[in-house]
Amino acid sequence: MNIYSYVLRRLLYMIPVLLGVCLIIFVLFNLVAPDPAFILLGKHATQIQIDQLHHELGLDRSFVAQYIDIVKSAFTFDFGYSWATKQNILEMIKNGAGPSLSITAPLFVISNIVAISLALLVAFYRGKFIDKFMLVFSIAGMSIPSLAVVLFGQWFFGYKLGWFEISGYERGFPEFVPYVILPVILYTFISFGGDTRFYRTVILDEVYQDYIRTARSKGLNEVVIMFKHVLKNSMIPILTNIIIQIPFLILGLLFAESFFSIPGLGAMIINAINNSDFPVIKAMTIISAIGFMVFQIITDVAYTMVDPRMRLK
Amino acid sequence: MQANTKSPSLFKSAILRVLSEKISLAALVVVAIYFLLAFLVSIGVLASDWGKEVAASYAEPSSVVWFGADIFGRSVFLKVIKATETAVMLGVVVSMISMFIGATLGMIAGYFGGLVDEIIVWFYTTVSSIPGIMLLVAIAFILGKGTTTVFLALGLTSWVGLCRIIRAEVMKHKDREYVQAANAIGAGHVRKLVKHILPNVSHLLIINFTQTFDSAIKAEVILSFLGLSVVGRPSWGGMIDDAKLELGRGVWWQLGAATLAMFIIILAFNILGDALRDALDPKLKGK
Repeated sequence: MNIYSYVLRRLLYMIPVLLGVCLIIFVLFNLVAPDPAFILLGKHATQIQIDQLHHELGLDRSFVAQYIDIVKSAFTFDFGYSWATKQNILEMIKNGAGPSLSITAPLFVISNIVAISLALLVAFYRGKFIDKFMLVFSIAGMSIPSLAVVLFGQWFFGYKLGWFEISGYERGFPEFVPYVILPVILYTFISFGGDTRFYRTVILDEVYQDYIRTARSKGLNEVVIMFKHVLKNSMIPILTNIIIQIPFLILGLLFAESFFSIPGLGAMIINAINNSDFPVIKAMTIISAIGFMVFQIITDVAYTMVDPRMRLK
Repeated sequence: MQANTKSPSLFKSAILRVLSEKISLAALVVVAIYFLLAFLVSIGVLASDWGKEVAASYAEPSSVVWFGADIFGRSVFLKVIKATETAVMLGVVVSMISMFIGATLGMIAGYFGGLVDEIIVWFYTTVSSIPGIMLLVAIAFILGKGTTTVFLALGLTSWVGLCRIIRAEVMKHKDREYVQAANAIGAGHVRKLVKHILPNVSHLLIINFTQTFDSAIKAEVILSFLGLSVVGRPSWGGMIDDAKLELGRGVWWQLGAATLAMFIIILAFNILGDALRDALDPKLKGK
């Protein structure tokens, strides 16, 4: 099978999966969820008001029609209006994407560089003190709840020491920088443990391969082996792990954004949950699912292109 | 090992391996202590009076109130102990739910193949396409506040990984000789799956248990933050969440105590999980 028909097949498979995502959303929000009339109108609404609202929201139509509405929104990206802010949801998402990316993009770059460099370092000195120390340190880092890190970090570095902005945000390139430094540092700390361990495992997988022994036996020095042979070959799982993080960039940082008052998508989701804003939650679920699927395909295609041993299935 | 004619079973040698290493033994002891604490709390021996006012509101840690007091003057120490019950119960129930769904679907998909497999693969692909956090929040939000909700929401969102692994493993096993032999003596599908194949993939369940336990406790913090977690009983997540109003006044002990309690058991489970995986899954040995 060639690469084009593979990609085409994967893209076509997105359709049933997306229909499935819509089905889950439909079951959760249209079948199981409490009547939105109670949320929007309160306890003392009259039956007429409730009926009118049901009609406005299209809840008086058949289940099939309601499901088709969700499917339509997934394919047209027309998610309607937020119940809480009355704004167009697509506009809200566009507005929130910038601030979210201004914090997640630097975080993505920095945390991966930190984790991969550390992993290379400990793989190079495997079994030595620094390797054991980092292993303990990264497992310890993985064991601290992220909310505690954010809370403590904001209080200690922002409030007590006053090194960083505690909260707030300004749009535009140099202006936003002071506001995102602290969240980026905190989230690098949160993610480095798991990432470093993963990359270390991946690199060590290659270190014990026969071709590395060959390279060593013909007299190459360890640094050349590490960067030229090991890193190159372990790039495949490393790349996979990196690409798959990308869709989460648009989701923003759920905790950090609302703590640091950054008007991104993470904060938008939290607000939507607090306000029982169904349409926004539905829209974000669909968008993040699509993002996840697309990057899953990109990952798999990249995988097959860099590793000729992979067979297309 | 002893000079037995019979070599020890996978599980026996795994247990011996875990016990023989100091660090994994220590982790096992820590986990056992937490489970014991949770058990003692649940039968009312420990921390049953956690709701009592023992000091002034936000009293600082002292020799009387070890970890200080919360806003209602309740002992933070007793709250942490009481919350251990919540956490252990959560970890166990969520792991059970996810194990049941994941193993059942995974075995059915891997064993029967064909259309059944297609449908199950489609189903878990769909579920896993929705970022876990969104699905978790959506389910918790829809079902409303409450302890059962937390169990269900976390259980329903954490089975996909196991399902995938079990499916792949069962596919490999179903054509092996021992299954053919079972077939030859007239075993039905259920018997072959449950009696013959399941024991051969059950190590994956144990490895999965340690991971799900960890992530369930961690995810509870997220639900607490969103106001969707357990009600009427203290939880570590709830205590950490309380700190967002307390830290500004310099009240750090609730955050500190709950984080420490969580840190220790998650660390222990991480270490234990690694040790178990090394011991039970020979393919991953040494990684």
